Amino acid sequence: MNEHFFSDMSVMLGRSMRHIMRSMDTIITVCITPIAMLLLFVYVLGGAIQAGTDNYVNYLLPGILLMAIASGISYTAYRLFQDKQRGIIERFHSMPIARSAVLWGHVLTSLVSNALSVVVIILVALIMGFRSSAGILEWLAVAGILMLFTLALTWVAAIAGLAANSMEGATAFSYPLIFLPFISSAFVPTESMPAVVRAFAENQPVTSIVEAIRALLSTQPVGDEIWVALAWCLGILVVAYFFAVRAYKKGN
Amino acid sequence: MDKAIEVKGLRKCYKDTEVLKGVDFEVKRGEIFALLGANGAGKTTIVRILATLLKQDGGTAAVHGFDVASEPEKVRQAISLTGQFAAVDEILTGRENLVMIAKLRHLPNPRAVADELLNRFGLNDAANRKASTYSGGMRRRLDIAMSLIGSPQLIFLDEPTTGLDPEARIETWKLVKGLADGGTTVFLTTQYLDEAEQLADQIAILHKGTIIANGTLEELKKLFPPAKKEYVEKQPSLEEIFLAIIGYKEGA
Ligand SMILES: Nc1ncnc2c1ncn2[C@@H]1O[C@H](COP(=O)(O)OP(=O)(O)OP(=O)(O)O)[C@@H](O)[C@H]1O
Ligand SMILES: [Mg+2]
Repeated sequence: MNEHFFSDMSVMLGRSMRHIMRSMDTIITVCITPIAMLLLFVYVLGGAIQAGTDNYVNYLLPGILLMAIASGISYTAYRLFQDKQRGIIERFHSMPIARSAVLWGHVLTSLVSNALSVVVIILVALIMGFRSSAGILEWLAVAGILMLFTLALTWVAAIAGLAANSMEGATAFSYPLIFLPFISSAFVPTESMPAVVRAFAENQPVTSIVEAIRALLSTQPVGDEIWVALAWCLGILVVAYFFAVRAYKKGN
Repeated sequence: MDKAIEVKGLRKCYKDTEVLKGVDFEVKRGEIFALLGANGAGKTTIVRILATLLKQDGGTAAVHGFDVASEPEKVRQAISLTGQFAAVDEILTGRENLVMIAKLRHLPNPRAVADELLNRFGLNDAANRKASTYSGGMRRRLDIAMSLIGSPQLIFLDEPTTGLDPEARIETWKLVKGLADGGTTVFLTTQYLDEAEQLADQIAILHKGTIIANGTLEELKKLFPPAKKEYVEKQPSLEEIFLAIIGYKEGA
């Protein structure tokens, strides 16, 4: 590894954090949209939804966090594609810097910016009545799962950003990801769904991740859900990382 | 070792189209070398191979004695690339762009470096504006300024004056001459014959995948077919030589 890897990566991080802070669009999508969803579901639809819980904000929050992350990572694809398109990556690659720092800078930016939006959303949820009995260990476990989830999806986004030929192509992959929570136990219990939908909902990654986080936050036993959740995240992470690095090497 | 660049039998294909069919040339240290060629001749392809961004399919290329394929890191230490299309970060300001590159080159005082260049390139007034608001000429100047950071020994300028107005063009020429006077080797590509005529110590003409003529302006003038010379009173311009050589090769 290049001796300047970390300093180069922090320059890259500073650069793309500036991009985020200067883009109203990004801030609206990654923070304000999930908060609007939270408000909508709690105050408009919540009264009619039978989730079998007395605190619907508590029930809803894990799914909203995953949605926020799923829409946040599409900006990683967007930024990578733009850098590739505008010759910025070539400029960096012709310089004596650690080449991998360019890619890792984007990945780190994704982790930091998604962590920020998750914190903001949790703060808003607290105002709306979200309460948790979780202790420091449970919170650390929740943070770990969310980070792993972000990392896994970020590498998926990296493949899209590096391999796409158009901006639409680079970001389109995230739409199904954003809607995945709807067909899961994120908003309503899966028992209420028709058999086929239910089978899908119960076996897709979002459900196990949501259930694991929900259990941790309400200090219920997490059971097997957490292992299923971790297996999904790690599996996606490894496969996506492999293809993303391949796309990155191929691109230059 | 007085050679900045040594290229032997360089070949490159994109899918089935053979773009470079055995290109040979040398560039001496400290000289201005102009690679002249029409659209699609393969100028950018050569620059990208020399700047370690693209792998050749055959032949060798060395920069400062280091092979571009086997020792790319050493090559990158010596070079700087200004690509054909200005690769500046549009969301950052001019100053931020310069500071970023200075940091990536691990210079002790990035801000001072940026200030000095902003001054020198007449970008002081626009220093704190996003680069997306710059005119084409300003963007080009910023782009070249970014390439000068860290005082590279060899600079590639891929069509540095395409799209510039006559005044900006002359400014760029002065700059290039200044660089060469300071001992920097300049490798520039151009479609403009007068540009090569004005600037270059050495001119190579790339046509149909090979270098069809290579030498000083004086030497190229001697290549001018004698049959035509009788009818021309004035010294032949490079344009006439160019057309004559191409016509001559194709006729042969
Ligand atoms: N990535 C690529 N895939 C396929 N063909 C390519 C690729 N890059 C370049 N080419 C082709 O190779 C040829 C040479 O391209 P190159 O960009 O090197 O030319 P150039 O001399 O720089 O032209 P210009 O003056 O227009 O910049 C062109 O015919 C171009 O279409
Ligand atoms: Mg070109």
